[in-house]
Amino acid sequence: MLFLPVQSPPQLHIPDGFLSVPVAAAGWIVAAICIGYALLKTRGQLGEKQIPLMGVLAAFIFAAQALNFPVAGGTSGHLLGATLAAIVVGPWAAMLIMTSVIGLQAILFQDGGLLSLGWNIVNMGILGAFTGYGVYQFARRVTGDGRTSLIVAGALGGWLSVMLGAAATAAQLALSGAAALSIALPAMLGVHALIGVGEALITAGALLFINATRPDLLRAGRAATGSRSAIWVLLALVIALGLALVSPLASPDPDGLNRVAADLGFDSEAQAAPYEILPGYSMPLIENPNLTKIAAVGIGTLVVFGIAFVIGRIGARKKIAA
Amino acid sequence: MHHTIDVSDLKFSYPDGHVALRGVTLSIAPGEKVALVGPNGAGKSTLMLHLNGILTGEGDVRVCGLPLTDGNLGKVRAAVGLVFQDPDDQLFSPTVFEDVAFGPLHMGVPEPEVRERVARALAAVGMGDFAERVSHHLSAGEKKRVAIATVLSMDPEILVLDEPSAGLDPRARRGLISLLRELPQTMLISTHDLLLVRELFPRTAIMDHGQIVADGPTESILNDPELLEAHGLERMWSLADR
Amino acid sequence: MHVHFTDQYRSGSSLVHRLDPRIKVLCTLAFILTAALLPPGEWIHYGLLLIVPLLGVVVAGIGPGYLLKRSFIALPFALAAITLPFTVPGPQVTLPILGLTVSIEGAVRFVSIVLKSWISVQMAILLVTTTTFPDLLWGLRALHVPRVLVSVVGLMYRYIFVLADEATRLMRARAARSGEVEGHQSGGGIAWRGRVAGGMVGSLALRSFERSERIYDAMVARGYTGEIRHFAPPALSADDYTILVTLLAYLALVLATGLLFAR
Repeated sequence: MLFLPVQSPPQLHIPDGFLSVPVAAAGWIVAAICIGYALLKTRGQLGEKQIPLMGVLAAFIFAAQALNFPVAGGTSGHLLGATLAAIVVGPWAAMLIMTSVIGLQAILFQDGGLLSLGWNIVNMGILGAFTGYGVYQFARRVTGDGRTSLIVAGALGGWLSVMLGAAATAAQLALSGAAALSIALPAMLGVHALIGVGEALITAGALLFINATRPDLLRAGRAATGSRSAIWVLLALVIALGLALVSPLASPDPDGLNRVAADLGFDSEAQAAPYEILPGYSMPLIENPNLTKIAAVGIGTLVVFGIAFVIGRIGARKKIAA
Repeated sequence: MHHTIDVSDLKFSYPDGHVALRGVTLSIAPGEKVALVGPNGAGKSTLMLHLNGILTGEGDVRVCGLPLTDGNLGKVRAAVGLVFQDPDDQLFSPTVFEDVAFGPLHMGVPEPEVRERVARALAAVGMGDFAERVSHHLSAGEKKRVAIATVLSMDPEILVLDEPSAGLDPRARRGLISLLRELPQTMLISTHDLLLVRELFPRTAIMDHGQIVADGPTESILNDPELLEAHGLERMWSLADR
Repeated sequence: MHVHFTDQYRSGSSLVHRLDPRIKVLCTLAFILTAALLPPGEWIHYGLLLIVPLLGVVVAGIGPGYLLKRSFIALPFALAAITLPFTVPGPQVTLPILGLTVSIEGAVRFVSIVLKSWISVQMAILLVTTTTFPDLLWGLRALHVPRVLVSVVGLMYRYIFVLADEATRLMRARAARSGEVEGHQSGGGIAWRGRVAGGMVGSLALRSFERSERIYDAMVARGYTGEIRHFAPPALSADDYTILVTLLAYLALVLATGLLFAR
């Protein structure tokens, strides 16, 4: 990761071949559930304008990702756009917009794989949208609705969204045994801390522009669907990510999963080969600890999500009733 | 004295294979006002993008005697003010002031002087009171003027304008013509507006299929109906003619 | 002045071109899944998989050169796995030229990942070079990808070129005003440049918004009420079924033997 040129836009598209099937499947499950929910919510929020609005904004994000500015010595800053989209149209619509962009990039340009598309959507779209929006709502509570909250939300939210995406990518690679977490995580975070600056500046600049020219659009974004639950969703995602990072991966051994499995006595490699003719025979697919662990992470994520939602809902209802 | 713009046998093809320029030769002396006319797709805009190094083709392009190398681009862009056809693409700052200040700020001009230049440029286009306005909300004519101001603030020697009167209503167009008449810079415009050409530009070059096919005094070029028709143009009768 | 993405589609009338997009998508996904499921170090089986896209490209009349050239796009990301040869425990070996000591297990896993990635991307490239984008879209819709999402992607595709054009012109306008003058430091500070870029993005965003309103009006004027109607997809042909079954059988065979004879 340290060798990657800094001038790429937040380059978190994981290609095929890196993620193990259980990890990739978990990503698809999370993405599918979020997308399904987002489709419902945006239909309520946007009505008939759903398709033209999200379609054109998706094209905008795609085109805007090409807009750059020189950072230092030949490198340039770029935009991922999840945070910006979320603040303008709300997190759920932003999520669908990013899903479309990331999906198109994968299918048409092979920017990211098809099996790994699930996590790519989560890392760059969902995490990004909710981070940005969560920071924005938080900033608004502290500093009101003026330019300050926009700058903070744009800059901090934008930067965090890139960092969380990078951390999540490192986690997924490590969980799949494709990288050593102890090296990948700091490397990813390090590189993207710089890339995130580009995101921060452009997002803040764009928000200030929109605020100066059409503040009514930002007002609409503030009241968008998901505005109240956004902070909780963000918290849920961050906790889940933290758990994934901490659990079997603390060891520098990239084989973290298998190692834990061995420790727990599920060591399949030590089993006697069923066929004497072929010593060392193993069926990685039926390695129980692998599947269980990943299923656990996937389910765990969804459970935390669910709990967070319920809390968010109760909180919102109380606020209305008050 | 050196020609201000010196283009010699310029050839250019777009990445998708489309051949846009097939050997363009054009020289413009300091202070000249030249109009470039021709059908859509002739290569007029493409040619203009070569004048400040945004596009690079085969052949020789010199601006104020400077060849267009990487090292010279900054100086060339300070000397050539290029105004695009769609002002929305040119006005990308929240306020008029910031848009007009962009050029000098980028050049590193100190702030007091930047303010002075902005005030002068806006006054030159008759938009002195618009500094704090939001660019996005201006009318088409106002945006065109501000777009011109954004390059005037860089004190260029040459103004290159791509279809300046396109999309303007008669009043805004009249305002633009008066403005262009006042500006002292060497000027090259591309346009379909032949009446504007006749009023303001003593020299006309016709461009078609990526080449300059005629270049001379406006009166003789625009009074040659066969020449005009051969290249997708029509002779414009003004009401004053009988 | 047009922005042209490398439109990957190469027209033709080969068997591969004529297959139903649903079948092609399913085959591609099954292929990538198979590659992912194969254990590391199964070099022969990776080779057996590689035959599929290469054969496909030959049948489609595209030529393996193009495929191989484009497939190197996946390689830069390979660096992500570069930690493996240095961190996986196990017997070590010293590489001849580089003089580095790496673990055999780690090196095998690293090369396996790179190969799998490279092979998978070739199948994906085969898919898009032999299927037009509109066909891909209805194929996805027919495979029950949510209709709203597919419509959004379709509209996005239509307007990407328009907006990319606008973005290009914005950048050219900025370049045109990026001059230098003797005696002064040009370029402005990083925060200023970032804000200008932000302003450009914001400007593009607003125009996109307003464009979307005009598009909505145009749709309403033609009777739109929230759902885009489409023709029903055609039935699958005998060729479609044959190819699907054959490929799935082949993949299953490769996978089974790959797992059975794992190192």
